[in-house]
Amino acid sequence: MKLRKKIPLIDQHDHNGFWGGKFGGSFIPETLKKPVEDLTREFSKLRNNKKFLKKRDYYFKNYIGSPTSLVKLENLSNHLGGAQIWAKVVSEANGGAHKIYNATVHALICKAMGKKYIVGDTGAGYAGKMLSMAAKKFGLKCKIFMGAKDIKRQKPNCDAMRKNGAEIVPVYSGSQTLVDAVSECMRYWVSNCDTTHMCVGSTVGPNIFVKICGWSTAQISRELKIQITQEFKKIPKKIKLINCVGGGSSAYGFWSEFIDFKKSRIELIGVEAGGPKNSKLHAAPLSRNAKIGILHGAASYVCQNNEGQINDTESISAGLDYPGVSPIHCFLKDTKRARYTYATDEEALKAHVMVTKFEKLNPSLEPSHAFAEAIKIAPKLSKDTIIIVNSCGDAKKDRDILKERLGKN
Amino acid sequence: MSSLINRAFSNAKNENRPALLTYTVAGDNTKKKSLEILKSISNYVDICELGFPHNTPIADGGQIQTSAYRAIKNGIKINDVFSIAKNFKKIKKNKPIILMGYYNMIYQYNENKFLEKCKKSKVDGLIVVDLPYPENKNFASKCKKKGINFIQLVSPTTSQIRLKKIIKDSHDMIYYISMLSTTGGKLKVSPKKILEKYNKIKKQNKSKNVVIGFGITEKTIKSLKKADGLVVGSAICKEISKSIEKRQNAVTNVTNIVKRLKNKIL
Repeated sequence: MKLRKKIPLIDQHDHNGFWGGKFGGSFIPETLKKPVEDLTREFSKLRNNKKFLKKRDYYFKNYIGSPTSLVKLENLSNHLGGAQIWAKVVSEANGGAHKIYNATVHALICKAMGKKYIVGDTGAGYAGKMLSMAAKKFGLKCKIFMGAKDIKRQKPNCDAMRKNGAEIVPVYSGSQTLVDAVSECMRYWVSNCDTTHMCVGSTVGPNIFVKICGWSTAQISRELKIQITQEFKKIPKKIKLINCVGGGSSAYGFWSEFIDFKKSRIELIGVEAGGPKNSKLHAAPLSRNAKIGILHGAASYVCQNNEGQINDTESISAGLDYPGVSPIHCFLKDTKRARYTYATDEEALKAHVMVTKFEKLNPSLEPSHAFAEAIKIAPKLSKDTIIIVNSCGDAKKDRDILKERLGKN
Repeated sequence: MSSLINRAFSNAKNENRPALLTYTVAGDNTKKKSLEILKSISNYVDICELGFPHNTPIADGGQIQTSAYRAIKNGIKINDVFSIAKNFKKIKKNKPIILMGYYNMIYQYNENKFLEKCKKSKVDGLIVVDLPYPENKNFASKCKKKGINFIQLVSPTTSQIRLKKIIKDSHDMIYYISMLSTTGGKLKVSPKKILEKYNKIKKQNKSKNVVIGFGITEKTIKSLKKADGLVVGSAICKEISKSIEKRQNAVTNVTNIVKRLKNKIL
């Protein structure tokens, strides 16, 4: 298994859609074959269409607000000593998280395919909120599938979705979280694929959805590469790019331009959700060595039992609370290009507290997992090491959880 | 020698009716009960489909999901599914049984081991919902080598070119999904339209047995009786749920509904 250079990672799959010969693919019911093939054809046309690219860039700049800023976390760095800590504040994007990139591109594709309805899944509610925003912007009717448990714990995002005119469909099956929302959304698409476009909220699902999402979030690292070069004159010798990983869309977007660099120069660190400290449940298939399985149309490392039943997961962060992970991250793990670890709920909370104490930054519980790793390793690193954390979501949506756990507003 | 599945279809044809296929979930609501249901309904059914339940079923509607979750909750394991099939075949050796489920279960068990076990339990066929053509080519040929029917699915969205290839690669039976829906949806396409598409599939190769499934209930079954076979699943799972809820005997109730279904297509 080997990574190739100068080819985007999203395109390094074989003709069956597998990365590294075994991750990804399209394990879908027969009914979805045609809509998936149609979408695959349409996307490969659009991504080479200059007019479409111009449109994408226009909306990325004027609607999403690219580029989001790269800032040095001076106080936090001084407090910890060691490496310099920087943040790419992706949460500045319209809507407050990276999910807007994928949502906007899917809405544009939906329009291009002449479909009027768009459906999507959501965990933390960001993917749903952004899809509802994009749908409103482009005049599409929107339905969002969301686990009943997540609806309760991410109320602010639900309010936003409803305000944007989207219908939230609560999912009561299974664990009532993201995994069930994705299943229900796929079922809905099976029944309505002739009129409806489906947006998968992360770099997961059948091959084409991994590609579209990765293609969309890659904007983050295109910006970052320019910003690093401007800030440091050239790309520094020791960089660590730290990102949380649930499905893995923000991490891929944050890393895509840097995968060709040597690991010793630019290290890629993915931080999964370790769950509560003393719980056996987690959502960390990569760092806690889950077996390969098939979930939601793709082969990846999946939290599951010996029989192949998908395990319940547990994390304070709804956005990371998913038993599978993107096939491209499995590929990055097995080729050893990226290193994956996890942070517990408690570590993420502590990191959130520390970051907000020292900096004018309010990372949501998802990137707080990444900050936890940065805080852990920074003191041990040299002053010329540059750690950059993707602060990919804003904590406004976590208001209720933070209040409950920390007693603050 | 002709497969049991083929023979079941010719028997039905001789009686001038479609074959009746039922789908129940192994272990719903217990191992023992599901075997009893299977034994009892098989007196009226031509081919029995037995689901091995998965907790992330992306193509199943509410009724079958409920049955699957119930069976998993009650501790059903893949090896129990095989033992149910095996025990069933001990007393109904000529009744074909088809296992149906999602690929991850087979993948975790190991394809070869799974097929070996199917063979030992005298399973006649397999339907894997999320392993479409051409991704299923390798597995389908492994099945053939073991003398197990791999049943291809065809849907209203299947293109003509694809249809030809799928039929060419199919074994004795093809499963036509009546409409764009998960299992157990309300029949939203007219029987006439369904049969038009069905005939197109039949025209490709008359020797293949084509069954229609999804949305088939006591109300709709009669209108589709021209098909080679008809599959009823969700309506049966629903009956099991109802019986449990009302604390009635599921075996009797399910047998009664199957008898009524059969009477409608005689």
